[in-house]
Amino acid sequence: MSNYIKGLFHGLGTLLTGMKVTWKEFFTKKITEQYPENRATLKMYDRYCGELTMPHDENGNNRCIACGLCQMNCPNGTIRITTETVTDPETGKSRKKLVKYEYDLGSCMFCHLCVNVCPHDAIKFSTEFENSVFTREKLVKILNKQ
Amino acid sequence: MFDFGVVTSWIHGQLTSVMPEALAIFIECLAIGIGLLLLYVIIAIIMIYMERKVCASFQCRLGPNRVGKWGSLQVFCDVFKMLTKEIITIRHSDKFLYNLAPYIVILASVMAFSCIPINKGMEILDFNVGVLFFIAASSIGVVGILLAGWSSNSKFSLIGAMRSGAQMISYELSIGLSILTVVVLTDTMQFSEIVARQADGWFIFKGHIPAIIAFVIYLIAGNAEVNRGPFDLPEAESELTAGYHTEYSGMHFGLFYVAEFVNLFIVSSIAATIFLGGWMPLHIPGLDGFNQVMDYIPGFVWFFAKAFFVVWLLMWIKWTFPRLRIDQILTLEWKYLVPIGLVNLLLMVIIVVFNLHF
Repeated sequence: MSNYIKGLFHGLGTLLTGMKVTWKEFFTKKITEQYPENRATLKMYDRYCGELTMPHDENGNNRCIACGLCQMNCPNGTIRITTETVTDPETGKSRKKLVKYEYDLGSCMFCHLCVNVCPHDAIKFSTEFENSVFTREKLVKILNKQ
Repeated sequence: MFDFGVVTSWIHGQLTSVMPEALAIFIECLAIGIGLLLLYVIIAIIMIYMERKVCASFQCRLGPNRVGKWGSLQVFCDVFKMLTKEIITIRHSDKFLYNLAPYIVILASVMAFSCIPINKGMEILDFNVGVLFFIAASSIGVVGILLAGWSSNSKFSLIGAMRSGAQMISYELSIGLSILTVVVLTDTMQFSEIVARQADGWFIFKGHIPAIIAFVIYLIAGNAEVNRGPFDLPEAESELTAGYHTEYSGMHFGLFYVAEFVNLFIVSSIAATIFLGGWMPLHIPGLDGFNQVMDYIPGFVWFFAKAFFVVWLLMWIKWTFPRLRIDQILTLEWKYLVPIGLVNLLLMVIIVVFNLHF
């Protein structure tokens, strides 16, 4: 009998706890984003992956060393790198140089393997998400500035 | 206080002066019937809109806001969509019962709806055993639900209907007991009289402890009675697709849907009538100026405000708690609500006998 009454009041207490939580939720600011209207002020979350980008500094240099790890790690063959070998005139050593970094947004599955594997953080995902275009060809982007 | 009886007796006088009384009464009945159904539909639409907005708020969303200002036209669009949809006849179903079931549900709902006193002199069905009639009429709905499950020739529908039957018949008892607690306090079963006795204080204040317990029991049992969450296992979406109305489409489904929402309103408005004073304004003894101001607000505003407040309470409960299992539902009813209700009834009797109420 005492268990019955104890259980009853304990149950009531837990129910009231739950109702307190939803009571607070009822008055908190709603998190719904009303997309086309708030386009100017909309800020995506930092971890959102929109498309692959290659940041350039003010001199137009990127940090890519054309090692090709991203191309090798891409499960979908989304990245295609064209390289050339140049010889340094001072030291006489030859090294690889990036010519063209092609990225096909249409076949990318945003797995982040290329970004994770990059030894120099030369590529990263932007939060840009308005990616619609009229033909598939326009989805193939050249990331490095030439 | 505005008395709607003045309007009705004026209409009756005008009609009888130009035609025989039988014809006048026939026309009045027709007008009341149309008005009742119209109010029924309007309340269903308001309830559906309110449900979607309140549910959204509890889930930290905004709810419908694209169709019309604040999404106000959304429900109208849904109603028209429902009206234009095909009513599919299921093969190997019991055609007659299949088509009859939604109308039984709606009939029970309309009959219960017409018992509610909205304003002074604005009761449709009002006689000395009104409470009894209300309980009887509202429980016809379970027949419709059982028929819907049986005639659909679908296992999901049948399971849903059987669960619903067990649940509604069980919780009928708790509703009866908690209403009876108030009947003990008022010694009348007439709804208009119950409201009139609350002129000097609502029953939830007058009956203090037992009235509050009865109010809580009534809210729980009422929520179960109209098959809404956390007691919505007759139509548990995740396991039974839609329960007893799985096989229904078009307006037949719409009738079940509308009846469910109006039943919620009926349960809430009965709670408002017998515990929160119906259309009676809030009076605090001693504050005459305050009471005077409260008297200027018409009765039906008070009634709808209270009813929708109780609706909001029930929605709060629905969107807070997870669904119960069938054994938990029956345990809650037979091991908790019924014994507590009976003890509470006894407590109320003691309080009335020794005149301990206000």
